[in-house]
Amino acid sequence: MAGKPLLHYFDGRGRMECIRWLLAAAGVEFDEKFIETSEDLDKLRNDGSLMFQQVPMVEIDGMKLVQTRAILNYIASKYNLYGRDIKERALIDMYTEGVCDLGEMIMLLPLCPPAEKDTKLAQIREKTTNRYLPAFEKVLKSHGQEYLVGNRLSRADVHLVELLYYVEEVDPSLLASFPLLKALKSRVSNLPTVKKFLQPGSQRKPPLDEKSLEKAMKIFRIK
Amino acid sequence: MMSTKPKLHYPNGRGRMESVRWVLAAAGVEFDEEFLETKEQLQKLQDGNHLLFQQVPMVEIDGMKLVQTRSILHYIADKHHLFGKDLKERTLIDMYVEGTLDLLELLIMHPFLKPDDQQKEVVNMAQKAIIRYFPVFEKVLREHGQRFLVGNQLSLADIILLQTILALEEKIPNVLSAFPHLQEFTVKISNIPTIKKFLEPGSKRKPPPDDIYVRTVYNIFMP
Repeated sequence: MAGKPLLHYFDGRGRMECIRWLLAAAGVEFDEKFIETSEDLDKLRNDGSLMFQQVPMVEIDGMKLVQTRAILNYIASKYNLYGRDIKERALIDMYTEGVCDLGEMIMLLPLCPPAEKDTKLAQIREKTTNRYLPAFEKVLKSHGQEYLVGNRLSRADVHLVELLYYVEEVDPSLLASFPLLKALKSRVSNLPTVKKFLQPGSQRKPPLDEKSLEKAMKIFRIK
Repeated sequence: MMSTKPKLHYPNGRGRMESVRWVLAAAGVEFDEEFLETKEQLQKLQDGNHLLFQQVPMVEIDGMKLVQTRSILHYIADKHHLFGKDLKERTLIDMYVEGTLDLLELLIMHPFLKPDDQQKEVVNMAQKAIIRYFPVFEKVLREHGQRFLVGNQLSLADIILLQTILALEEKIPNVLSAFPHLQEFTVKISNIPTIKKFLEPGSKRKPPPDDIYVRTVYNIFMP
């Protein structure tokens, strides 16, 4: 019998959070082993557990998966959240990559030197309002369905809704002119598995505070 | 129904489209290219709603306008049986491709670094290749003794790795010196008829980025 997936990462969102969201949305229980020090990371590396010496790493179905996208692709395929055919998969991939591009900008903001932060924030606002949210709003408007692809929940909806929560954290008013996205956010948030994940006490991680950021930088030896 | 050739929209240079050219060529798929030369051309594509996130690469294929490099690569790989025979093989291919793309990214960004930083970055690329990435693939090939990285048949992983090795060798000629299996791999994969043809002069393979290419990119994409 297969055990629960085991996630190896530090105790924070970073590049593992989208994986936590997807597993949670799929109703899959998982365990986590937190990297607390750079010695913990070294140990994983020396054990040969990390193909490219990096985390995220997820132990699942007898494999030690690395590379965020590879992990997400596996989970999405296994739990039928990756569309029904090659064309749906292509759409899901495109939407997912767009979410990932904006998500990356938001995720890296805390690492930005203070002098550049305002500029970066302005860029994020601009891209959110003029590039990404309009694209997704348009997709929903074009087919009038409840989900982005194939008239059913897919990973694209989960990734997008996760992103919308982060956009809201940056500035709630950014979502104001996107009614269909707000409706999608609401709909997906009310799915039993997602609702549970959104409640306090779940494995969802909070925004990075000053202390956690310092800790993460120590673990990964970022100056 | 007569199918038309895929059409690639990108500047006349490698950048993020080169991997797509490699995979189409390896799959024996003829394609057309419309080269972006000016900001006005990009604007026209954007205004005409041809670019989901206002960005290139974009590939017109099978009635779709695909954007986001990975989505394009996955679609082509899926369609032309370059993605393994089952989910586990696909996942291995995904991991290898993602690792290789991390290394390729350094090459893609290199021409756009400040001249003072460029030499330092070549050293960084060499180190990453030799310490982090090549040992993984050398070990894979050594352990199963097969010609291809996954499942004893050509996959996306082989193509992207070959592309990256050859591009690195242009900057660091002896980069494979400690990796006999990768050297053999390079020769064997290069000799596959479709790939051999792509490596010959007169193919759609693009030359290493030069000053003209860098200037063109700045003209098109800088605000």
